[in-house]
Amino acid sequence: MMSRHFSDTIAAISTAPGQAGIGIVRISGPQAVQVADKLYTDKHGNHVLPAFQAGSIHFGNLVDSEGKVADEVMVSVFRAPHSYTTEDTVEINTHGGIHTVQKALSLALDAGARLAQPGEFTKRAFLGGRIDLAQAEAVMDIIAADSEGARKIAVSQLSGELSGRVREIRKNLIYEIAFIESALDDPENFSLDGYPEKLDEKLAQTEHRLEYMISHAQEGSLIREGVATAIVGKPNAGKSSLLNRLSGRERSIVTQIPGTTRDTVDESIRLGDITLRLIDTAGIRTSDDPVEKIGIERSRAAAEEAALLLFVTDNAAGISAEDRETAAMLTPMIRAGKPCIVILNKSDLSQGDEQAVKELLPEGIAILPCSMETGEGIEALRRLIPEVLGISGAFEDGEPYVTNLRHREALEEALSSVRYARESIAAGMSEDFLAPDMMHAYEQLGLILGEQVEDDLVEEIFSRFCLGK
Amino acid sequence: MTERMKEDTTLRTQEKPYTEQVDVAVIGAGHAGCEAALACARLGLKTAIFTMNVDSIAMMPCNPHIGGSSKGHLVREIDALGGEMGKNIDKTFIQSKMLNTSKGPAVHSLRTQADKAEYSKAMRQVLEQTENLIIRQAEVTKILTKKDTGENGGEPQVTGVQIHTGMVYACRAAIICTGTYLNARCLVGEAITETGPGGMQRSTFLKDSLTELGISLRRFKTGTPARMDGRTIDYSKMTIQEGDKTVIPFSYSTDPADVQIEQVPCYLTYTNEETHDIIRANLDRSPIYAGIIEGTGPRYCPSIEDKVVKFAEKTRHQVFIEPEGRGTNEVYVDGMSSSMPDDVQQRMYRTVPGLENCRIVKNAYAIEYDCISANDLKLTLEMKSVRGLFCAGQFNGSSGYEEAAAQGLLAGINAAMQIMGKEPLVITRAEGYIGVLIDDLVSKNNLEPYRMMTSRAEYRLLLRQDNADLRLRKYGYRVGLITQEQYDHVCRKERQIAAEVERLKNTRVGAAAATGAYLKSIGTAPLGTAASIADLLRRPEVTYDALAGIDPERQELEKAVTEQVEIQIKYEGYIERQKRQVASFEKMERRRIPADIDYDDVKSLRLEARQRLKQVRPDSIGQASRLSGVTPADVTVLLIYLEKQRGAEH
Repeated sequence: MMSRHFSDTIAAISTAPGQAGIGIVRISGPQAVQVADKLYTDKHGNHVLPAFQAGSIHFGNLVDSEGKVADEVMVSVFRAPHSYTTEDTVEINTHGGIHTVQKALSLALDAGARLAQPGEFTKRAFLGGRIDLAQAEAVMDIIAADSEGARKIAVSQLSGELSGRVREIRKNLIYEIAFIESALDDPENFSLDGYPEKLDEKLAQTEHRLEYMISHAQEGSLIREGVATAIVGKPNAGKSSLLNRLSGRERSIVTQIPGTTRDTVDESIRLGDITLRLIDTAGIRTSDDPVEKIGIERSRAAAEEAALLLFVTDNAAGISAEDRETAAMLTPMIRAGKPCIVILNKSDLSQGDEQAVKELLPEGIAILPCSMETGEGIEALRRLIPEVLGISGAFEDGEPYVTNLRHREALEEALSSVRYARESIAAGMSEDFLAPDMMHAYEQLGLILGEQVEDDLVEEIFSRFCLGK
Repeated sequence: MTERMKEDTTLRTQEKPYTEQVDVAVIGAGHAGCEAALACARLGLKTAIFTMNVDSIAMMPCNPHIGGSSKGHLVREIDALGGEMGKNIDKTFIQSKMLNTSKGPAVHSLRTQADKAEYSKAMRQVLEQTENLIIRQAEVTKILTKKDTGENGGEPQVTGVQIHTGMVYACRAAIICTGTYLNARCLVGEAITETGPGGMQRSTFLKDSLTELGISLRRFKTGTPARMDGRTIDYSKMTIQEGDKTVIPFSYSTDPADVQIEQVPCYLTYTNEETHDIIRANLDRSPIYAGIIEGTGPRYCPSIEDKVVKFAEKTRHQVFIEPEGRGTNEVYVDGMSSSMPDDVQQRMYRTVPGLENCRIVKNAYAIEYDCISANDLKLTLEMKSVRGLFCAGQFNGSSGYEEAAAQGLLAGINAAMQIMGKEPLVITRAEGYIGVLIDDLVSKNNLEPYRMMTSRAEYRLLLRQDNADLRLRKYGYRVGLITQEQYDHVCRKERQIAAEVERLKNTRVGAAAATGAYLKSIGTAPLGTAASIADLLRRPEVTYDALAGIDPERQELEKAVTEQVEIQIKYEGYIERQKRQVASFEKMERRRIPADIDYDDVKSLRLEARQRLKQVRPDSIGQASRLSGVTPADVTVLLIYLEKQRGAEH
């Protein structure tokens, strides 16, 4: 039996804690049905689970070892190999809160199941041949997904869009390698005259596609891992208020006393498709206070690290020395391409001097008057953030994102091999020098799919080209 | 052999048979058998080689070439290890060409046309002149074994072979090299003959003996084109194909001056739509398409029927007319192998320009034969289930003379090493095409006769035909087939290459006007700033020899040395990249899998992977990862299991 690889049966809560109305406990493994049978009875108190048909759903009671009813539940029974893990699987749907779900899980553990490690169901699905490696990793991403966007990416990887894209590139590569190999093997039958030019065009396309996927990979990981965002500005300009406005919670201590926020506060907030990992930094102020000095250094470090800068100024107070200092600190980063939005706070109090702020910073900087007090401009800010990050509307076209580090490394390795091959063409090297680098690219891309590459080339040679005498 | 004789044989075996004692018995005297027997005899073992007919020793029943893409590499490697094929073809070739000379050095490959009769005769002479070697015309009918007494881990041990007369040759190792002879049948359309290649008598009795030993056999198929009367061919309608002006010998022992001979040309012509129409109209009469042939044929050596069906869009296919030897007008029609009935063959050949009036001497035919799956062998080519029983050549499911000879040599060496109590010789994929060949045969699930190809060698930039001696001489020396003198020679060569590469990297030339003028004169740009000679040599248009004029310290070195210097410097970047790949390959090869591993105990393996691993029982994680049906996930599972086992031991 394909599915009987693991001797033990595992169980875990498979819905995110606290969020969903229904909590599901999943039990998978050779003993899944026996385990579940112990904690489930029909309405008449009979243990009937083993008699259920595969794929069927039943309404009954969750019971403890003494037969005491804990809750009403629905159970679904799946038989190997027709389940996600390819093993016998039982899912217990509870509609109570977290308490019922945890009760169901602890009963399952008492009944002989082992608590699953994170991702273990997916691991079993992968090892059972149910899903490929890219899909398995996408599932892990879904589990960890913070925002809607991250989930969309994970879903698109799960449905095999990334795999499909990679397969396409590999198909093109292997065809060309097979042609070269055929020509080398049977030089009297195949001519390579004029071939390098044609190949270079094709490799240029492959190079661009890989570059595109890698740049999307960076974008994708911004979405999945969240965008490290530094909020900078002089003390009491409204940084903490901005954080609270965006996250919709009282997080930092907000007072009218400058310098209250001494520690950087990490907060992840969902902003539609993307997650911002906000770093609320201590205010920048020329200070002799050693405690504040450390805070300022930290602001600088945070700004360096961040992928997005939010520069908050106190519009009502006018441009201060601190603002100038902050602008000077940020300018090189902005010039180097780091996205930055200037927030002119306290727009409710003053129209302020937008032009004066503009002059402090490189041209083309996004400036937005807001009021943390009234919430004015916050919606505009929410829309502007994805735009300056270059990821607005990115999910509509179904473009697969590469978010996994392993995938990205494989793509980069493949890209560098394709570049080697193109360099070889430019240097006038013969085709036999191109093939090994192209093969390396092919194998690296194969790693993303977790596929065997061994005999692909020979298969391709024989199926495409009439070889041999 | 008649049924009556078979009964007699059985009767005699019940008495005490007449017995002669040898060390090694080699069954078959084709290209594998000859190398195996020569290796054993040269290593001092008393060796008997058995052939159905002594006039067919080293016969070339199919094409008349030795070498070609990747096969030329094998011949060089055989020679580097102390085998015979390279020397024999150097004595008997009638045309020689270095293929792919416009490409990089890794795919340069030597290919020769052989004089078939002379090749066979010369090899027979070598055999006859080799000490310790007994040539015997006989059909081996039985492999004799004794039950394991406990010291060998349970497998039976070979004790001798019995021939059709009942006589026994007691031995400690037997090497099966039956080629395409075992239970062979040849097909020309509906006409089927129970013969080996070229109408030779087939062997039949060994099959039962192998079955008794629990060895399972399968059926492979191959084919060969027609031979024609050269007088009936109009060569004026074809393109002449000459050999190289300067011939490079295969063997490191051959004096290049001895191979500058007058060569015989080949001719090129093409099939056309008319040819293809005749084939298409008669497909139902082809035994393959009619389903009469059950064996699996090779895709790389397709019959003309296959080419027309599979590549219907091609309007013509190449046909080479190649001489079979100097002493005959028989020619080989390369590119048109077929198993069509005689009348269809006559008609289709005659549509080809130049062949309008051709007369067939021997029909094209398909041949089916019994062979094993080499998955049943160890990497030493010894049968896993029978100690002392080695196998080589087409019997292992390969095809080609060179592939056969390479396996024969290694099987012979390893049989001898076992008897002499020495370490076996296994060449890795990173060391030679022979390593790739044997690893592929033993590890992969080959469903058709296996042919060597350069694309199968993942480290081919390192496995060049020009450096086979540098790669493998040391192993030939270790086993005892390469003399001290030959070994010293290659060591000296290695040192000279290293020293010269180093010197060129450290010798700098300035941007002086005279230097610039000289560089211009050899067709390359002058230097802007000072550079090393090695830097200049990296330019594609610059050769080692051409730089002599600005390299006054240069010592006179052999061509074989400067050639290596040039390659090592010119392609350094590529060679370094491959070396890095080899390093990670070797890491996986070093992860040994214990011989007694119980794959049923490795819980998470997929069923298919488990079955393959149980069947092949790979030596290392590297070999396991190359098995078809074993995915990277399975390898990970296996690695984790081995780690856990190791942890448990400590």
